[in-house]
Amino acid sequence: MSMFPSHKGSRKERQDPVKYLSMNSDSSGAVLVRRLGRVFGTCAVLALLAYSPALAQDTVKVGVLQSLTGTMAISEVTVKNAEMLAIDQINAAGGVNGKQIDAIVEDGASEPAIFAQKAQKLLEDDKVVTVFGGWTSASRKAMLPVFERFHGLLWYPVQFEGNECSPDIMYSGAQPNQQILPALDWAKQKGYKHYFLLGSDYVFPRTANLILKKHIIHDGLQVVDEEYVPLGGTDFSAIVNKIQAAKPDIIFNTLNGDSNVSFFKQMAAAGLPPDKLPVMSFSIAEPEAKAMGPSLVQGSYAAWNYFQSLDDPASKKFVAAYKAKFGADSVVDDPMAHGYLDVYVWAAAAQAAGSFDPDKVRDAAVKLPWKDYVMGKTKFAANQSLVQTAYVGQLDPEGQFKILWDSGKPIYPQPYDPLTFPGKKCVIHH
Amino acid sequence: MTESALLAGQLFNGISLASIFLLAALGLALSFGLMQVINMAHGEIIMMGGYLTYMTLQVVPRGPGYLLGLLVAFTGAALFGALLELILIRRLYGRPLDTLLATWGVSLIMQQGARSIFGPIGDEVTAPPFLAGSVHVAGLDLPLVRLFIILLAAVVLAAVVMLIARTRIGLMVRAVHQDRDMAEALGINTRMVDLLVFAIGSGVAGLGGSALALIAPVTPTVGQSYIVYAFLVVILGGLGSVSGTAIAAVIVGLFSAGAQVFTSVSTSDVLLLLFVIAFIQFRPRGIVTTSSRALES
Repeated sequence: MSMFPSHKGSRKERQDPVKYLSMNSDSSGAVLVRRLGRVFGTCAVLALLAYSPALAQDTVKVGVLQSLTGTMAISEVTVKNAEMLAIDQINAAGGVNGKQIDAIVEDGASEPAIFAQKAQKLLEDDKVVTVFGGWTSASRKAMLPVFERFHGLLWYPVQFEGNECSPDIMYSGAQPNQQILPALDWAKQKGYKHYFLLGSDYVFPRTANLILKKHIIHDGLQVVDEEYVPLGGTDFSAIVNKIQAAKPDIIFNTLNGDSNVSFFKQMAAAGLPPDKLPVMSFSIAEPEAKAMGPSLVQGSYAAWNYFQSLDDPASKKFVAAYKAKFGADSVVDDPMAHGYLDVYVWAAAAQAAGSFDPDKVRDAAVKLPWKDYVMGKTKFAANQSLVQTAYVGQLDPEGQFKILWDSGKPIYPQPYDPLTFPGKKCVIHH
Repeated sequence: MTESALLAGQLFNGISLASIFLLAALGLALSFGLMQVINMAHGEIIMMGGYLTYMTLQVVPRGPGYLLGLLVAFTGAALFGALLELILIRRLYGRPLDTLLATWGVSLIMQQGARSIFGPIGDEVTAPPFLAGSVHVAGLDLPLVRLFIILLAAVVLAAVVMLIARTRIGLMVRAVHQDRDMAEALGINTRMVDLLVFAIGSGVAGLGGSALALIAPVTPTVGQSYIVYAFLVVILGGLGSVSGTAIAAVIVGLFSAGAQVFTSVSTSDVLLLLFVIAFIQFRPRGIVTTSSRALES
């Protein structure tokens, strides 16, 4: 039988597609195609059957869900990289409970609705045992009902506004009393009295500023103004004008994503760079400084639980490994370090529990001892948040932070600020 | 800083916003007004102008590089506009909904193309040294980059008005706008006029993107932020009128800046939309109404 069997129909008939197809629908050519299709299909099914038990036995699926596109990509792509680095390192060392980790990476696209959608896909379709991801509180709030419905386990690596206490989320990112309030302590020590609060318009800046205002007023200081810009907004003309009118001592900046670039650019254009008017930012770390151009933000301050410049052996190993994999001019930041830490803590907890069941893993996670994974000695507390030290740093011209201040010892996380939400407590494990 | 200084500052900001909106909307006004083409890819042409300037600055250093970047942005965007008109828009003449859909598809392709080529993270265009800093006038700090954008918008507006009012080409554009069939009957090559207008409109959009790059990063989605304002200004100004677009840009800019004295940016956007909706109820054809056979159909 020839490879190209002859078709019925004259040249004229071939020009009428309907007639041509109907004439040729049961020709030898179509039969050949059907036969080949059947053979190929059978081969494919047999191959899948042969391999799938092997796949099921040797690997465990986890989800990695970060924004790889959109306004938050500037911050989240590197967190995904750090999480993948940890997964690769653990796999190279033999995996977890004898299984290799199979990471399924999804793109939240900077949209909370897409985060929720992808979280459901990972938990329901891919049946992952745990998910590492999220950045904006909006994305976490969108994913929360999904994780509670499927009783999954999310490891959330970013500083946030607290005010949440879900047994299905491990909060490694800073609670307000581990980042925002230590920054206020530092500012008070420096003698700053008039505070301008500026943020992107969503839950983290709104709640953070609520907490800040309560503490600033409680301490007898003054909030001169509080302004919000839509997420991704780039027009700061009115804000700059208001800053000039209000004459603050320092700006507490909770802008997120691309807005930061526009803000600093427009402040500089108006003659107010960070060395003229101090800015304490809560969403600017090493990668943002590098992407914006360090000269734009040098001299401004940030408060985190981790800086790349931290003098810690585990941190130095992490930085070296990251640079080896992703390029010598890469930089690492606090959320990346938390993402890395989360994967290692999950692996240790799963190993300690001897299981991947989310309930057993989180029980084991809060019982793990103090360990320096990457940012000094840390430990998960019974309320599923991380006990960690706070640092205040100042940006130098190379985009690295000079650490000016630290909290002394690790701070116990308080999901509910006692001044702002009196009486509320977060109790998960007894 | 006194209350009056705050208001004066916002007045300046309103003019600054108006100049940006004008650059964004002028090209749209020309293509919408003349050809009834709803170009959903207009925002992406603005974005393209920004990226072209960014690329020029990679090759030529800061000072002269930016001015060259402006030129490259205009020419590149104009060429792209001409190409778009030849390949796509021309074939959909007289089918506005199809043009809308097709250009929206182009806009998606361009956004993803920008993401694939330049990455999802925004790129920085640093202002040239002669535009760094600000000027102190009457107790106000006026950033030089914003003054430059206002100047640029004024020059472009004057150039476009001159082109349409004083040149032979402008005469042909006006003729085609007023009555296409009659113009064709008199021997004017309407296809060539369409191509030219679309190209010039796109070029102006490219300039807008280049100007915008001075105050905000160039990202794949920057076009999406400005397309809505561009359409608002065009509709408010009255289809097919350059002077209407200019007046509308000033009104939208001042309103937006004024609202921001009292409320946040998000609320001022809401108020702006409500204002435009209300205005259109009373004056459906916009600020400056022009009569044209095409627009009547």
